[in-house]
Amino acid sequence: MIELGHLAAFLSLAMALAQGIYGLMGQRRVAGWAALVAFGLMLVSFLTLILAFVRSDFSVALVAQHSHTLKPMLYKISGAWGNHEGSMALWCLVTLGFGAAGALWMKTGRDKLEARTLGMQGLLAVGAMGYLLFASSPFLRLDPAPFQGAGLNPLLQDPALSFHPPMLYLGYVGYSFVFALAAAGMMESRIDAVWAREARRWSLAAFVPLTIGIALGSYWAYYELGWGGWWFWDPVENASLMPWLIGAALLHSVIVTEKREGFAAWTALLAVLAFLFSIMGAFLVRSGVLTSVHAFAVDPERGAILLFGLVLYGGFALILFALRAYKLSGGKPWVLLSREGALMANNIVLIVATLTVLLGTLFPLMAEAAGKTISVGEPYFRLTFTPMLAVLLAILPVVQAWAWGKADLTNWMKWAAGGIALVLVFMALGVGIWSISLGAAFGLALGVWLVFGALYELSRRAVTVKRVFKMPPRVWGMTLAHVGLGLFVIGAVVETTGRYETTVALAEGGTGNAAGWTLTLDEVRAIEGPNWYADRAVLTAVKGGTKAVLAPMKRYYPAAQMPTTETAIHKTGTGDLYMALGEQRIVDGEPRWVFRVYFNPLIDLVYFGVILMAIGGGFCLWPRKRKKTA
Amino acid sequence: MRARTRRLYTFGIAALLLAAAAALAFFALRENANLFYTPEILAEKGTPVHGKEVKVGGWVEPGSLTYSEDGATMIFTVIDNSPNTITVSYTGIAPDLFREGQGVVATGTFQTDGSFTARQILAKHDENYQPRELKPLEAAG
Repeated sequence: MIELGHLAAFLSLAMALAQGIYGLMGQRRVAGWAALVAFGLMLVSFLTLILAFVRSDFSVALVAQHSHTLKPMLYKISGAWGNHEGSMALWCLVTLGFGAAGALWMKTGRDKLEARTLGMQGLLAVGAMGYLLFASSPFLRLDPAPFQGAGLNPLLQDPALSFHPPMLYLGYVGYSFVFALAAAGMMESRIDAVWAREARRWSLAAFVPLTIGIALGSYWAYYELGWGGWWFWDPVENASLMPWLIGAALLHSVIVTEKREGFAAWTALLAVLAFLFSIMGAFLVRSGVLTSVHAFAVDPERGAILLFGLVLYGGFALILFALRAYKLSGGKPWVLLSREGALMANNIVLIVATLTVLLGTLFPLMAEAAGKTISVGEPYFRLTFTPMLAVLLAILPVVQAWAWGKADLTNWMKWAAGGIALVLVFMALGVGIWSISLGAAFGLALGVWLVFGALYELSRRAVTVKRVFKMPPRVWGMTLAHVGLGLFVIGAVVETTGRYETTVALAEGGTGNAAGWTLTLDEVRAIEGPNWYADRAVLTAVKGGTKAVLAPMKRYYPAAQMPTTETAIHKTGTGDLYMALGEQRIVDGEPRWVFRVYFNPLIDLVYFGVILMAIGGGFCLWPRKRKKTA
Repeated sequence: MRARTRRLYTFGIAALLLAAAAALAFFALRENANLFYTPEILAEKGTPVHGKEVKVGGWVEPGSLTYSEDGATMIFTVIDNSPNTITVSYTGIAPDLFREGQGVVATGTFQTDGSFTARQILAKHDENYQPRELKPLEAAG
C-alpha cells in the first residue's frame, strides 16, 4: 500500500513541476489542471500514510517509530503528522492544496497574474516535495517488521494537539500562496487594487487557521504541561507569533492597496516576509537550535536544509522586490493624519513588535556563538513587547474612524479626554478598590477602551440601529476581531497579574488551604488506561457553599517510558481552579502527595478573545452580496 | 502634503519607535538575560547581587534532598566537579525526571545567606534532551 503512496507522491512532484513551468509561462488553464492533479495525487499519498498508521503496519519504518497498537484511534491518525517526516508530508499536501484552491477560486480576471501565481506556488511545492522525497521520506519500509511500535510521544497524545499542527500548517503554508501572489505581482510590476483584493482573501485564509492553531497550542500547554500559564515566551511559541504579527500587519496594509492603491511595495514586502517568517518558524522548531519545551522531532541536519530553503526563497523574493519595488504605484495622495497614516502606524508598531520578539528569541543563539550561555525569559518580553502593543491598542479606537486621504480632526479633544478619563477611572478603581498595580489597571483600561472603540465604530458606520445588522460582513469581521482583541487583553491582564499559585503537600485524608478553597485529599489510587497507567488523586474542594471534585493524574506511558501530568480543572464563573499532581514525598516518616494549585482568573476570556479574532477573520472572508442590477 | 515630506515623517516616526524599542530591548536584555552559574563559576565570580534572577546548574547531590516541615518545599544541594556547592530550595512539584545524582537547572535568585531560591527547575530529560546549559559540564565531566 505504502508503495502506492510513494509512487503517487513522485507523480505529484512531477505535476507540481509542470504546474510551475506552465504557470510561469503564463498558461493559466494548464497550470490550473496540473495544480488540481498534483493535489489529488498527494492526497492519495497522504491517505495511504494515514492508512498505514490506522492499520498499525509496522513494516513502514515511520509507523514503527511513532505508533503503537494500543494507542487510541485518534492518536493513531494524528500520529501520522506527529513526527518530522509525516509533518513534512502534511506541509506538502497543504502547499499543493492552496495551489488547487487557487486554481479553482482565484478571481482576478487576469490570466497572466493567476498563471504566474500558480507557477510560483508550484515551484514552492517542488521544493517541499523534493525535500520530502529525497531528504525525509515517510514511505520507507522496515525489514524485518517489528511486532510492536515505539509509540507516539505521550505529550502529543491529546485532542487539542491532534489538530494543532494541521491548523498551524494551514496558516504557515497559507502564506506561501500570498508569497506566490506577491512574486507574480512583482514580476508584472503591477500591485494594484485587483491584486490586493485577491491577496487580502488569501491572507485571511492563512491568518484564521494560524490564529486557531496558536490558540490550540497554547490551550494544550495550559492544561497539559501543568505549569498554570498559557504563554511562556518559549522560542517555539515565538516562532508562531512572529508570522502572526506580520500577517496582522499585512491584513491592514493590504486594505490600503485595495482601496487606494497605496503601500503597494510595502504590502508586497510584507506578503514575502509573512512566508519567510513561517519557514523560519519551521526551521527554529525542527532544527533544535533553540531549547524549547515544545520542540519535537528535532534533527539538526534537516534544519540546515530548511535554512537553505529559507535563504533561497528569501533571496529570490527580495531580489525581485529590489528590482521592481520602485516601479510600483504610489497610490492616491494622503496626509499623515488620515486612515492611510493610521494603518501605516499600525504596521510600524507591529513590525517593531515583531523585531523585539525576534531579538529576544535569537539573542540566546547569538550569545552562545559568542561563547556565553544566556537565556531570555518573560521579563524581557514584558518590558519590550507589551509597551509596543499598548501603543497600538491606545491609538486604535481613535484612528479607526479617520477618513481616507485626510482625517476630520474636529473631535480629537473629545477622544483624548474620553481616553484619559477612562484610564484615570481604572487607575483609581485599581488602586482604591481592586488593589492591583497601576500597570494592570492601565492594561484593563486599554482592553475596555478597545471593546468600546470597536462597538462605537460599528455604530458610527451603521448610523441607525436597524442598519447595524445590514452592515457588510467585513465590517462585522473588523468589529468582532477588535472586540476579540480587547477581550483578550482584559483576560490576559487579569490572568497574568491576578494568578494565584501555591504548593500543598497532603496526606491521604488530610486537608489544606489554597486560593480560598479548602482541599481534602480523599484518596490516591493506581488506575490503568489503554496504553498507560497512572496515580489518580481525588480531592474535594470547598469554598463557601460551592463544592467541587478534582482528579489530577500522573500518567506513565510504558511504550515511551515517559510520565505526563494530567491536570484537573474546575471552572468557576470567574476563573479556573487548576491542580497538578506531583510526586509522593516522605515528610517526617509520613507519606504525602504534593500538589501545585493555581487559580487562573478570567483565563477563558484569553481564549474566547483569540477565537473571536479568528471568527472576525472568517467574516471578512465572507463574500459581500452582489447588488442586484435592475 | 508632498510625498517627500510624508516619507520623511513616516521614517521619522518609525526610527523613533525603533530607537525606543532598541533602548528598551537593550535595558531588558541587560537586566533580564539570565546568567548561568555552576558551583565552580560561583566560587570564581562570587555571589551575584541579591534579587537578580540567574540560573544555577549541576548535579543533585545524592542523599541531600530534604523537605520543609509542611512538605511543600524541597531543599537539595547542587554539586559539580569543584569543592563548592549550592543549596537550592524550591517550592513546588519536582520535574518528572528529577532524581538525586541527575543534572538539574534552576532559575531563581540568591538569598543574602548564599542559598538559592528557585522559581523554576528543569531536570535532565533523557539522552536526547537536556538543558542546554549543562552540555559544557557534561563534556568536561
